[in-house]
Amino acid sequence: MAAGARAAIPLAITAGLVALSFPVLATDVGFSPLATVIMSAVVFAGSAQFTAVAVLAQGAGAGGAIVAGTFMNSRYLPMGIALGPSLPGGPAKRALQGQAVVDGSWALAAHGDGTFDRWRLFGATIPQFIAWVGGTALGVALGDRLSDPDALGLDAIYPAYFLALLMVEARNGRSRGVAAAGAAIALFLTPFAPAGLPVLLASVAALIGLVRR
Amino acid sequence: MSTQVVVIAGLTATTVAIKAIGPVLAGGRELPGWTRDVVVLLAPALLAALVVTQVFADGDQLAVGPQTVGVAAAGGVMWRTGSVVLCVVTAAVVTAALRAV
Repeated sequence: MAAGARAAIPLAITAGLVALSFPVLATDVGFSPLATVIMSAVVFAGSAQFTAVAVLAQGAGAGGAIVAGTFMNSRYLPMGIALGPSLPGGPAKRALQGQAVVDGSWALAAHGDGTFDRWRLFGATIPQFIAWVGGTALGVALGDRLSDPDALGLDAIYPAYFLALLMVEARNGRSRGVAAAGAAIALFLTPFAPAGLPVLLASVAALIGLVRR
Repeated sequence: MSTQVVVIAGLTATTVAIKAIGPVLAGGRELPGWTRDVVVLLAPALLAALVVTQVFADGDQLAVGPQTVGVAAAGGVMWRTGSVVLCVVTAAVVTAALRAV
């Protein structure tokens, strides 16, 4: 668990800094400061929160915001299916443990043989959760005094971190081929599909694993 | 109910459900052998998709920007040094520097 937490420190720092900018957008569409912090604590999914609020800002109603945010989170479905067999306990206990899944933690917890270290998953998620909620609360307190986090290049940290994990993960030709195929599927679908679905559908590339080597 | 309450409650419900479905349905037993390779390959597929959608997309438009260059430089640093910390620092510094000029 401690190893997972240590490995997730770059992610936690990033989450905290990105979270600082969330209240600016949320309060613009009429969220109260309290509701903004509660949203980070109970939804705890950055891309879905930013998407939902951005859709509201474009004039859509609550339903449109929920659908857009849900699409953004759809990638957690294949991640959860992969994780499932590595979780002990009954269905309710497994469902609860599955709530710890966020992108970085899921990738850090993967052993590379199809199984997952659940303590590494929990350990990696805890600092990110604290930083996400804490960063949101601090952002609320700072209000409009915040400068633009994009000016600091923070938006490049998540993709760079995922690229680093990918380079560690994709050790053989087959996984590199699947990575290329997943990237191609996601890019191809980006102009047509609602945000979030291209990433979900990229998981189709993993079905090549059904083919015997 | 105000919009904020509906959005937060609705998005919480769908997020919890999405994260619960896999562990409930696929949990409690060994994966059959033929699914194991698919699970192993999910990580490269999803990670690569996350990288390119954050690096080459601006909303539903394909676009390159300072962060595209920053992440590419970070990939080079990762390849040469193997250091995750150097990799993410490079991404932020290069992206910020390009935006500043």
